[in-house]
Amino acid sequence: MTALTPRLRWTFSDGLTLVGRELGRLRQEPGELVAALVFPAVMVVLFGYVFGSAIQVPGGGDYREYLMPGLFSMVTFSAVMAVMTRVATDASRGVMDRFRSMPMARLAVPFGQTGADSLIGLLMLAIMVGAGLLVGWQPHRGLLPTAGAFLLLMVLRYALSWVGVYVGLAVKNDQVADAMVPLFLPFTMLSNSFVPTDGMPGWLRFLADWNPVSALTAASRELFGNPGAPSGDVAWPLAHPVATVLLWSAALLVVFVPLSVRAYNRGGR
Amino acid sequence: MPDPIVVAEGLHKSFGNTHALRGLDLSVPRGTVCGVLGPNGAGKTTAVRILATLSDPDAGHARIAGYDVVRDAGKVRARIGLAGQYAAVDEKLTGRGNLRMFGRLSHLSRREAHRRADELLERFGLMDAADRQVAGYSGGMRRRLDLITSLILRPEVLFLDEPTTGLDPRSRGEIWDSVRELVAEGTTVLLTTQYLDEADQLADDIAVIDHGQVIATGTPDELKATIGDRLDVELEDPAALSTAATVLNALAGTEPTMTGADQLSVALSGGGFRLADIVRELDRAGVAAADVRLRRPTLDEVFLRLTDRKETVR
Ligand SMILES: Nc1ncnc2c1ncn2[C@@H]1O[C@H](COP(=O)(O)OP(=O)(O)OP(=O)(O)O)[C@@H](O)[C@H]1O
Ligand SMILES: [Mg+2]
Repeated sequence: MTALTPRLRWTFSDGLTLVGRELGRLRQEPGELVAALVFPAVMVVLFGYVFGSAIQVPGGGDYREYLMPGLFSMVTFSAVMAVMTRVATDASRGVMDRFRSMPMARLAVPFGQTGADSLIGLLMLAIMVGAGLLVGWQPHRGLLPTAGAFLLLMVLRYALSWVGVYVGLAVKNDQVADAMVPLFLPFTMLSNSFVPTDGMPGWLRFLADWNPVSALTAASRELFGNPGAPSGDVAWPLAHPVATVLLWSAALLVVFVPLSVRAYNRGGR
Repeated sequence: MPDPIVVAEGLHKSFGNTHALRGLDLSVPRGTVCGVLGPNGAGKTTAVRILATLSDPDAGHARIAGYDVVRDAGKVRARIGLAGQYAAVDEKLTGRGNLRMFGRLSHLSRREAHRRADELLERFGLMDAADRQVAGYSGGMRRRLDLITSLILRPEVLFLDEPTTGLDPRSRGEIWDSVRELVAEGTTVLLTTQYLDEADQLADDIAVIDHGQVIATGTPDELKATIGDRLDVELEDPAALSTAATVLNALAGTEPTMTGADQLSVALSGGGFRLADIVRELDRAGVAAADVRLRRPTLDEVFLRLTDRKETVR
């Protein structure tokens, strides 16, 4: 056994303790779970029935079938905001400093935070899938592509949670973090999640087509066999959505894992 | 004198153009309480953060129990506890949940972490609130929880950065009692504070810092002796205030402070002042004194004098 083994073991076990912490927080505040249940229901009703009645799905098909992959994307991208807020709160309340002053594994904090977010994300995705099934959405292409779609959603979520760690450590202030949360909405709306992009003015369409949210939504639609596959002259990310999402995930991890680990280790030095 | 357990030598730290520390030296003997006093921005928190391995000095070095805070940070962390200026606990968890989590993160076994949490809650009077969310705690309870969180590993050295700022007198007294108990068990405490009576109550030695340097050290009594006794004069007629001030100024060689509508106070550096002489001088100037008293200075007065906040008749 090398000297690295106990350190790795502590990183893992401290990370698990921090995952347990997030679950403990959820248990203390069941209101957050209720909110997490209400949110998808509201979104499904609002988009599926209110806006959906006026939106034409490209190539025909049921709007709610078209919509659900967009809502899965929205839930996935919410990871950035959720993790950023949690990390910034820890940093501003001194909890982060307490971690740093303890003899615990250094990597455990960012890995614990992102690991916990994956569990929370899985729970939210499951709730969203339940809501989708209730309103008539379903995957059509069999087990493997369906599993692939969920895997893709979770992989990108994990990569995005590292962006959240970095931004949270950078802003350090829970009030600033809270003020940044509303930015999330235009970012996810400016995509193909709720309406097709071909009706948008040129520059806006360009932004929407290259928005990673659009690639994720397009990839889910493809893998679930839901309507709305773009046809004709489409931007590269939408023509190769699965590859685009994988590239984004890899790029985000390569950039933000080292940045976040460094920011955590250096914090306040 | 026993070996110092906390040693800082020539610590420098800058943030941009702000020189927070300019050659700070400290030495705290094992088992004692060192009070670090200084006005806002003097560099207290910066010094504590460096000693607690949260920040690296630009120059100079520091050792805790012989371990360098930069090179042997891990060894230092296993020996220290830190309770900062804010209660650094998870507000969404219960008190017990916090202690268990930090216990696990301190690498106690699950059983040991649970046992230690209960022990600390019991001992520091938080058992009744143990299963309530910290968000619902009072300020004093939070600080107490923060303090006991830093005790999980029975630290050799405990850093307390303004542990009672913003607390009511009763909560302050409770924190003081806890600190005294810990010291009785052999813990070394380095405490920063803005409250001079806190240092007076708790500290064996005091280091006064200003502009990132130690400007005076000593026991509270030694520090009080350095600025000499104080003379308090209460006048029969407030109209005589400025005449009295002139007389006292001439006697003491420094300007007196107005401590009330008809009261003056002045530092007497050096000895040899007799109450009778002072009363006679006042008499000769036609000032009728209701009361004249000589007394030891308070630590506040020492502090104001040392940190050069000019005290004059308004
Ligand atoms: N992270 C930082 N970035 C920039 N300046 C800083 C930073 N930390 C401290 N300073 C500056 O360094 C100086 C010393 O600050 P420090 O917090 O150590 O003072 P303090 O004695 O703890 O004051 P207080 O009594 O207000 O807590 C101040 O001028 C402060 O503005
Ligand atoms: Mg401070």
